Parts: sequence; C-alpha cells; structure tokens
Amino acid sequence: MKELWLTAKLDIVESLRARWFAIYCLIFGGLVALLFVFGLTESRVLGFIGLSRLLVTFIQLTMAILPIFVLITTVRSVAGDREAGVFEYLLSLPVGLAAWFWGKIVGRYLVIFLPVFAAMAGAVGWALVRGIEVPWGMFGYYTLLLATMGWCFLGIGMLVSALARSTDVAQGLAFMVWLTLLLFLDLILLGVMIQGQVAPEVAVGIALANPLQVFRTAALALFDPQLIVLGPSAFVILDTFGATGYKLFALLYPTALGAAAAGAGYLVFRRGDLP
Amino acid sequence: MIHFQNVSKTFKRNRVLDGISLDIGLGERVALIGSNGAGKTTLIRCLLGEYTHEGEVAIEGRTPRTHRTEVLAKVGFVPQLPPPLKMPVGQLIGFAAALCGSDPQRIAALALRLGLDVERVRSQPFVKLSGGQKQKILIAIALGREAKVLVMDEPAANLDPEARKIFFELLAERQHESTMIISSHRLNEVATLVNRVVELDMGKVVLDDRVADDVSLSGVLDCRIRVKRSEPAFAKALAAWDFRASADGLEWTGEVAGPDRLRFLGMTSRYVALIADLSLAEAEKVSLREAAT
Repeated sequence: MKELWLTAKLDIVESLRARWFAIYCLIFGGLVALLFVFGLTESRVLGFIGLSRLLVTFIQLTMAILPIFVLITTVRSVAGDREAGVFEYLLSLPVGLAAWFWGKIVGRYLVIFLPVFAAMAGAVGWALVRGIEVPWGMFGYYTLLLATMGWCFLGIGMLVSALARSTDVAQGLAFMVWLTLLLFLDLILLGVMIQGQVAPEVAVGIALANPLQVFRTAALALFDPQLIVLGPSAFVILDTFGATGYKLFALLYPTALGAAAAGAGYLVFRRGDLP
Repeated sequence: MIHFQNVSKTFKRNRVLDGISLDIGLGERVALIGSNGAGKTTLIRCLLGEYTHEGEVAIEGRTPRTHRTEVLAKVGFVPQLPPPLKMPVGQLIGFAAALCGSDPQRIAALALRLGLDVERVRSQPFVKLSGGQKQKILIAIALGREAKVLVMDEPAANLDPEARKIFFELLAERQHESTMIISSHRLNEVATLVNRVVELDMGKVVLDDRVADDVSLSGVLDCRIRVKRSEPAFAKALAAWDFRASADGLEWTGEVAGPDRLRFLGMTSRYVALIADLSLAEAEKVSLREAAT
C-alpha cells in the first residue's frame, strides 16, 4: 500500500508540473468564469435559471471536452514516459507492478477529477456569496457523474496505453476510441434505425453501452426527467430502468466499464515488456 | 549470484538475444560491451525484470520478474540516459529512498562527495539539471543503498574527471560486497574498472574473458607533462583534469585516477605533437579510505 501511495504521489507531482495540466485547469476554470462573466445565471432555458442553468451548461461542455482530454493526456503521458525511459528507470526500483499501475491510476484520477470538481465547487461558492440559490441535489449528482466520467475514460486510456507501444499509436488509438463513441451517439445508430435492420430496443441497448450516451442521457434526465427530448427512445429507457434506476445505472455502468478497462490494461501491462 | 540460462528475446521476428548463458559471481566486475544493437540494454532489462524472455534469469536464485520487490531491493541501476522526470530532485531522492528503504541523507552525502550539493538543487526539476548533475544524482541513489548488484550503463560518461575519480573510489568501497555490471560501447571506457569482459554481438556472447585485476579502483597516478609551447586548447583540457601549470606554462602536473588512465591518455593523444615529455607514475599515497581499511 505504501508503494501505491508513493507512486500516486509521484504521478501527481509529475502531472502538476506538466503543461497539459495547466491547460486542463485553465479550460475548466476559465469555462466557469466565462459562464459567470457572460451572465449565464441570469438567462433562462427550459425553465432553468440561476446556478442550475450554469451547472447544466457546464456539464454539457464538460461531457464534450473531458473524455477526449483525459484519453489523449493519459495515453500521451503514459506512452510518452515509456518511450522517454522513465519506465526503464523507475521500474528498476523495487516497486510492485500492481502498486505501480494502480498507483498511477489513483494519482492521475485525482489530477483529472479535482480541477473539474474545483471549477464546479467554485461556481457553487460564488453563488453562495452572491446569494444565488444552490441546487444541492443537482450539484451532488453532477459531481458523481463527473467522477464516474473521469474514471471511465481514465480506465480506457490506461488500457490503450498498455496496448500501444508508442505515443503516436497510443494517441491514434485513443482518438479512434473517442471518435467511435461519438459516432455511435447519433449518426451510426440513426442509420441503423433508418435501414430498419434492428429492433429499436437493440439500437437503444447499443446506445446505452456507449458511456458518452449514458452520461448525456443522465445529464438530460436531471432537468428533463421524462426524457422528452429523446423521443420514443425514452420509453425503452424508462420502462427498463425507471427514472431513479437510470440515474444509478449512469453511475454504476461507466464505473464498471472503467474498472474493467483498467483491469484489462493491468493484465496487459503485467504480462508484457514494461519499458 | 547472477544466473542467465539460455536467455533469448525476440522483438517482432528480430532475435535480439540468442541463447545467452552466463554466471556472474559475487565481487565480479563485468564489462558488458558491444556495438549498438548487440543486445546489452536488452540483457540489462531482462536482468531488471523489465522484459519478458525465454530462458531463465535469476539473482540469488530468484527471478526478477516474479520476485520483483525482493530482487530489485538488492539492485542499484544507473541508466545511460537519465529519465526526463519533471519532479524536483528532493522528491526523486525521497521516492527512491522510501522504496529502497535507504536514507535520503546518505544519498545526499554521496552526491556531495561526487561534487553535487543536493541542497542547492533540491527544489529544481530533475530534468532541468545538467547531464553531469543528473548522473551524479542517479549514481548517488544507486550507491546510497545496500545493493548487492550494481548495473550501470555508461555511468561515468557525463562526469568530469574529478567526479569520475570519486566515483571510482565509491566503486572501490563496494567491490568486495557487490557484483557490478558496467555496460559500454567501448572497452577502453571501462577496461580498467573491471575484472571480466563479456562482449555481445548479434545477441550472442562472443567473448567472455577474465582480465588482470591489477588496477586499483581507488589508485591514483602522479602525472607530469612538458609541452613544447603553450597552447590554450590543451591548457583548457588539462585544467579540466585539475592540472596545475608552471609559471611559464610549459610544465603541467596533476593526478589521474587509476581507472581513468586510458581516458586521460586518449585525451592527451589529440595533442601528441605538442608534448615533449609525459610521465605517469603510481602515487605513493593511497586514498584515505584505503589507508583506514
């Protein structure tokens, strides 16, 4: 356990000094600041105003940015470290492979989650100062959703890093994963549905296997509990899970997916050449 | 101590190691030499448990792949290229010391002996240090623990002559309780450090020779050079070896570490037309540490 925490701490220190981390903090911190500056809390959409309006926009933007950012920065730094000889040296020290791999994940997870959470918590803090009402339920669920999203894509990123032997291949693979998930959001499924080759339940099932879709639907469900904007798909989702059930599914499934991907990544890492 | 039995390694049909079998005993100082692509780094990585391979690798009967922490706790490693770590020097020393169960103060003391004051660079990112400073930190980390096996890849390449002299002294202090594997492209870089030479070519051992062990790792040679005329480039090169010039600049005196003699002669050979006389003699004095023992 000591080795795991030492590795996590090492990864945190390395990340804090990396350029990507500065950009990452700037993006999410700047995002919240801009939303306040442009008076988003004063505007109204679908009946939402105040901090709820800001949080809804923030989570939508985060869902667009965070997955690709986490995937690319994870594979770049892990595969880059391997190529640059960091693994060769640090893995010559007496640290267990499990402690190294999972320690790296823990450190990286804290580094990617905390800035996003801090940006959102900062918005809540500012709202409290300004006397704007804080929707604590929404804040709590969005926090969990962000934590889950970060974990899910970190796990996938670590699997890609373990599979690819070079930074270029790792980056290309990570981008392909993200693009595939993105295309399955609408375009491919829509095509499949139009051709009428699969039952609607199957198409919705495929969509819900996609973590990006799961997050998007869960974020929608918070301000549109009947999922009216999804059209007929909403019936399949709500009949299968129920409103609360789906909220839980949106947290548990991506967590399990991230853990499975990270676990598979660990097995590949442990069995192969380390540097 | 170290046992390689029929070790082979293939990367995508490219057989980099081809049935290497070696036994290295305690106290042996092995030069692992060979040209680029001969398999030196791959063999070292197999020894460190970093590569999967065919055959068997064991240190004191334990395989580094399956008994990583126990085996690597006994191995000190100095890579040829320092890793580009962004963390501060103090953090790196703390991390290595915590994992190896060594004392950060001992590491700092060794770095100081090599001429690097850790306190002055403690908060600097490791990657920002000069090549020589990085090498000193990595050597201090490797030697600052109870390692029974020292694996070093061109360890003295970036060190100045004074630091190399101290480095050889440090190795001398460990030579009876440690096994050393020193990798290099060229034998003359490491010849005087070792008592056994293993040459690899195309992944096979092509030479395994025990060599005369006459050169003391901590020995020092008194050197006197007389030049025909004063030449700034040669004067600068000698000053880098801590040599002192006479008033007219035609006679230079200084000390050369025993294991560094070939490197020193290599340097002087570039100015051979300038040299009127050169003498190297084993110094009467012995190092303080040797005298104490």
